[in-house]
Amino acid sequence: MHKITRTDTASPVVGVSNVHKSFGALKVLDGVSFDVNRGEVLVLIGRSGSGKSTALRCIDRFETIDSGEIVVCGHRVSGPKLDLRALRQDVGIVFQSYNLFPHLTIEENITLAPCSVKGISKVQAKEQARRVLAQVGLEDKLHQYPEQLSGGQQQRAAIARSLAMQPKVMLFDEVTSALDPELTGEVLKVIEALAADGMTMVMVTHEMGFARGIANRVVFMHRGKIHETGPAAILTSPATPELAQFVGTGL
Amino acid sequence: MNLNLDFAAILERWPAFLEGALLTFQLAFIATVLGTIIGVLGAIGRRSSYPVVARICGIYVEAIRNTPLLVQIFLVYFGLASLGLKFSAFTVAAAALTINVGAYTTEIIRAGFDAIPRGQIEAAEGLALSRAQIYWHVVMMPAIEKVYPALTSQFVLLMLASSVTSQISAEELTAVANYIQSDTYRAFETYILVALAYIVLSLIMRAVFWLLGLVIFPRRRRLGTPL
Repeated sequence: MHKITRTDTASPVVGVSNVHKSFGALKVLDGVSFDVNRGEVLVLIGRSGSGKSTALRCIDRFETIDSGEIVVCGHRVSGPKLDLRALRQDVGIVFQSYNLFPHLTIEENITLAPCSVKGISKVQAKEQARRVLAQVGLEDKLHQYPEQLSGGQQQRAAIARSLAMQPKVMLFDEVTSALDPELTGEVLKVIEALAADGMTMVMVTHEMGFARGIANRVVFMHRGKIHETGPAAILTSPATPELAQFVGTGL
Repeated sequence: MNLNLDFAAILERWPAFLEGALLTFQLAFIATVLGTIIGVLGAIGRRSSYPVVARICGIYVEAIRNTPLLVQIFLVYFGLASLGLKFSAFTVAAAALTINVGAYTTEIIRAGFDAIPRGQIEAAEGLALSRAQIYWHVVMMPAIEKVYPALTSQFVLLMLASSVTSQISAEELTAVANYIQSDTYRAFETYILVALAYIVLSLIMRAVFWLLGLVIFPRRRRLGTPL
């Protein structure tokens, strides 16, 4: 086998090419390809069941693929020799259901991975926890437990927990779908600030207004395929009737 | 009805009772500590991705849960003897009780593991934690917190069940009582006292578990809510 080296800075942070995946007889990804460059924000949209969440989860190898290739930060995600933990140190993922560890304080939630995975000292980790919590506007919640926080605060804490690992790319999987509009707003503000800081991001969202404002590129998925893709402007002037219908009902 | 109780002859023997109670407590302590370790390992084993390991742990749990404790004690006792190994009755009793409670603990902790939402584990995997780190930091403590009441009840039950080890002459509380009642012919009084002693032991154990819970579950201590 020849070695694939991707050291040049122009190569994409996330490269997905011709990915196929089925759950049994159901084809969820049917030849999906997209690249995400450094500092870029890619937004995946589509109906429920269109494959957008699966596509996102494949990037962090929470789903395996049947064929095609995925390369993330130089890791061949689809390859047999993938160092899964190395991949996941480079990729941060935030879920719809926050998934904070309920028995740990917010500080412990944030310091756990840096201490046990990267082996940094407790003092350093706590310092960093303070910093990332300030970034999401929760510096006063350090010693609270998740259940003492609102949904929006929990989601921001989950983002802070990911940031503490200093990922090179962040994945957001419908992170505001469980929140009311007000709480959604506070979470989206945090994500906008991250984008402004130059964080590379891939996100699945149903917030069309937000997508329009933040996306460098929008990928509209339909029946496991990329049906339409382009800059955020495609959301206001879609080329395909399917996207037109989707944003029409989505707004 | 003519009830004629005389405790004098029995109360005189209080040092023997105390010794028996202490031995019962020791048996319970050893079996609780070792049983917890076996339970955690057994629960991890039952969920192992190696079918052989999962199978062996399953067979262990089912074998123990479907046979009487007394028979298990005899199996250990005569089994070791037939191998030519000589151990004290206390050691055999402690081993048998550990094997017994280990199976129940395995099942209880497994239920706790199964109650951890899949999303918790995914979040931990997403943070690049290793399998062992996930078990230790993300699965184990909340699982044990969830099943803590069931777990501690099981250990108190075990302490009470240790009375059966009097059958192989482990000198615990019930064995002492058997001996004293045959000496004094005051059987009813003897067993009244023994029952009271077991109640006291149970209450002590429950108090210890309660305090231990406060120490190992700080969230529970601070918020008082179930996980």
